[in-house]
Amino acid sequence: MTLGYRLIRPSYGSYVQRPVANAGGRRRRSVSRTLSVVPATVLLAACSSTLPQSSLNPKSAEARQIDDLWILVLVLATIVFVVVEAALVFAIFRFRKRKNDDREPKQIHGNTTLEIVWSIIPALILVAVTVPTVRTVFDLRSPAEGDVVRVNVTGHQWWWEFEYPDIVDDQGRPLTTANELHLPVGRTTELTMTSADVIHSFWVPPLAGKRDLVPGHETFIKITPDADRAGEEIPGQCAEFCWLSHADMRLLVFLQTESDFAAWAAGETQPANIPTDGLAVSGFETFKAICALCHQAVVAEPDGTVTVVGEALAPDLTHFGSRSTLGARVESNTAEHLAQWIDNPSAVKPMAPDLNDLETGRILGMPDYGLDDEEIAELVALLEGWS
Amino acid sequence: MAVTTLTEDLGYTPNTDGVWSWLTTVDHKRIGIMYGVSALVFFIVGGLEALLIRIQLAGPNGTLLSADAYNQLFTMHGITMIFAAIMPVAAAFQNYMIPLQIGARDVAFPRLNAFSFWLFLFGVLMLMSSFFLGGSPDGAWTGYANLSTQVTEFVRMDYYAIGLQLLGVASIGSSANFIATIFTMRAPGMTMMRMPVFTWMSVVTSFLLILSMPVISVGLWQMFLDRNFGTVFYEAQASGDPLLWQHLFWVFGHPEVYVLVLPAMGIISETLPTFSRKPLFGYAFVVFSGIAIGFLGFGVWAHHMFTAGLSPVAEVGFGIVTMLIAVPTGVKIFNWIGTIWGGKLTLNTSMLFSIGFIAMFIIGGLSGVTHAVIPADTQQHDSYYVVAHFHYVLVGGSAFGFIAGVYYWLPKWTGKMLNETLGKWHFWLMFLGFNLTFGPMHILGLNGMPRRTYRYPEGLGWEFWNGMATIGSFIIGVSMLVFIWNVINTRRKGLPAGNDPWDARTVEWMTTSPPPIHNFDRVPVVRHLDELWHRKYGVDEEGRAVPLPDGYVEEPAFVEEAGGIHMPSPSYYPIIAAFGLVTAGAGLVFWSSGILGVGMLVIGAAIMLWGVVGWAAEPITREAH
Repeated sequence: MTLGYRLIRPSYGSYVQRPVANAGGRRRRSVSRTLSVVPATVLLAACSSTLPQSSLNPKSAEARQIDDLWILVLVLATIVFVVVEAALVFAIFRFRKRKNDDREPKQIHGNTTLEIVWSIIPALILVAVTVPTVRTVFDLRSPAEGDVVRVNVTGHQWWWEFEYPDIVDDQGRPLTTANELHLPVGRTTELTMTSADVIHSFWVPPLAGKRDLVPGHETFIKITPDADRAGEEIPGQCAEFCWLSHADMRLLVFLQTESDFAAWAAGETQPANIPTDGLAVSGFETFKAICALCHQAVVAEPDGTVTVVGEALAPDLTHFGSRSTLGARVESNTAEHLAQWIDNPSAVKPMAPDLNDLETGRILGMPDYGLDDEEIAELVALLEGWS
Repeated sequence: MAVTTLTEDLGYTPNTDGVWSWLTTVDHKRIGIMYGVSALVFFIVGGLEALLIRIQLAGPNGTLLSADAYNQLFTMHGITMIFAAIMPVAAAFQNYMIPLQIGARDVAFPRLNAFSFWLFLFGVLMLMSSFFLGGSPDGAWTGYANLSTQVTEFVRMDYYAIGLQLLGVASIGSSANFIATIFTMRAPGMTMMRMPVFTWMSVVTSFLLILSMPVISVGLWQMFLDRNFGTVFYEAQASGDPLLWQHLFWVFGHPEVYVLVLPAMGIISETLPTFSRKPLFGYAFVVFSGIAIGFLGFGVWAHHMFTAGLSPVAEVGFGIVTMLIAVPTGVKIFNWIGTIWGGKLTLNTSMLFSIGFIAMFIIGGLSGVTHAVIPADTQQHDSYYVVAHFHYVLVGGSAFGFIAGVYYWLPKWTGKMLNETLGKWHFWLMFLGFNLTFGPMHILGLNGMPRRTYRYPEGLGWEFWNGMATIGSFIIGVSMLVFIWNVINTRRKGLPAGNDPWDARTVEWMTTSPPPIHNFDRVPVVRHLDELWHRKYGVDEEGRAVPLPDGYVEEPAFVEEAGGIHMPSPSYYPIIAAFGLVTAGAGLVFWSSGILGVGMLVIGAAIMLWGVVGWAAEPITREAH
């Protein structure tokens, strides 16, 4: 195998999901106890879950609709499973060869009535599943109603670009951010999705079924987060294999009250300040010389003039400091992790920057620019200061 | 075709010693054995790939494999298991058993049969050489465009495009052969509705392959051209469409699923009646449900695309057809249970694996129905739930069925019985390991774990079941070691099998074990479904089987052949043609590297031409040695 990448073991530092009682506890149980709880756990696990990225832990109207359908089909399937497997197991024990029984069995070739009956029964069960399925499909695909939040999602190898076309700054530029999606609860958000390179798939299981981001196509998804879920952070990730860092193309959704959402949006539509003192001053020079080849930031001069620096080929960094994770939720956003990232991005998350072609806009990851520790510290000061 | 005349006392035997005799053989039984051995070796390779994957995923943030290595391994695991293990093991059974089951002396085109085998073997070896020469395919076995056409700097997905192309040619060749054989070479009296179900399912899979392979062939050429010649079939920026690949791939890919499982269904439709001492319940229903599955299999491809953003009307249509397919599948399961119901079951290893097939296929089938529930599928798609589903179908289903077939027919192939104690260890270890590996994956998928991920973070609750799955995978590994030891051990210690060790029902058990080169000294005249059974047993007033007195059969029950038996002579042209074709294919893989690629293409084409011309010009008759 060629093209090996060495990985450092990331610590999942401050991006920590609230500890999950089940998951942590299970690992410490004795083997015998584990074995005894396995069947029960399996059944419970198939019905509901408290895990943060679980589809069985629905937190939106749409995800709950899907979950209800799942439970219906699970119950029917379980009944069929039990009946058929029971018939099979019964037949094995009842009709196994016994000692001292020399009689041959009756040579039965079939029974047309019986066979027609057991063709029709599954068909009827399937009709019972099909009707609600069809209804739910059309429901979930109907246009969003009411005061809809619109978000344009663009998939990139290996990060997410989120643009809120209806939320604009003073110059009319729409709010643009990366990898962390903020949604108000109790209101429907409609995501309009496409891809800048290969096919990705947007999957935040507690909020919605997945939907692919296909180059040249627009796909849609509706999410109406439950009103009582404000304050929750919900992890999701790319679900369509998109090469090297597919596993590391993650995202985080913040569910917010209307006022928190409005406050966040107001902050995000402000420009970042061009620093005037400290390490960040030279950091900004490095930013303009190197980072700006791919990254963009909306910045304000000390006199208030607002300009856009850089290219929009990689995540917008205007409010990088306000994000809680970096590298598409690969690490928590701390100065230490950011320094590691800038020092050698592919060591934190495997990418293929050797294949980048800035002229055609093909970007397959952030290169290691060989910055020294001082330059890195300056950049960290700049970016973490841009909250 | 070269013809050798056997003398009346069958004194002529072709040279069967040495490597040369294997390289030039056109005997369907030897080709079947070579398919089987290759499939087993590649199954081990694919299994080792799987174990590396499972070690990597045993805990969060695994570091055994880089993302790049992992991507190559999981892609090759899928390709290896599907194209190099399960399809060829089906071909092994079909090659060896179809002529025996229908009372033929060989397949219709023996040299084409040899060509198909060598093309398959060289094609797989070329694919696997990628591990050392330029990197293996790393775009998943589904090879989704435009990821597969994105990185043209590497040869990896060229290996995929060309490798699958070659294996497709091999499949079409052997499928055409089986169809011609079954349609034209059945023993006298063997009507279609007297054929064993395994042979019937082989008819269905052969048609599936012949109709579906050309579709992916088009897709693969487009992928190759996009990668090497700048065509833009799948390039959205240039008015191409990546979804085109998905349609082409799954129009092939879904029938392919039935190609993998129908032969195994055929096998257990042989073993269950034999070991229950009852005829198959509803033979016609089982046959026609197999045909129905084959037909419907072409109308469900878009259920693999329920997250791609097709119109809701299209989704619902494909969802309903997918639901429909559960009906004939359910019929088969009920008929199998009907077969053992009221029987007298011998629970030997072959029977245990056959029953295991039913038990596991029920689970795989039911989880398949949940995929047809489109909104639910948008949660399951590309998650570990799907990984669980298709392993229940392909391991708990196909693999269990084929293993049942090995325990059933190996005595016919070798003349020796497999060890039953080892066999039962094999079954129970595999049954346990299989469920421990793939059962938890349902839960992992529903809990949000996507497939094709080289690592996962802590804190999402996936650690425990991933650990269990890894333990389970090693138990499967141990069970396979028991199996291989059993097969090897049989050579020295196996008890003699005799012609008919299971008191079975079909005509392949009427000849010796192993069968002579010409299969049957005298070809039986067939008057019944389960001909052999009817030569051994009648029924009493209650309908119970009663043994017939010897010599009960009065009418002429065998074909009297005048002029001896005609068997094809060995030929080395098929292997030459196959070698040339694969060399030319390798040239295409390395096309972008210039002279190397062009050189291999030209030389390979020349070798193939030599093989084909020699093949065509071989003398019609050759004197016996």
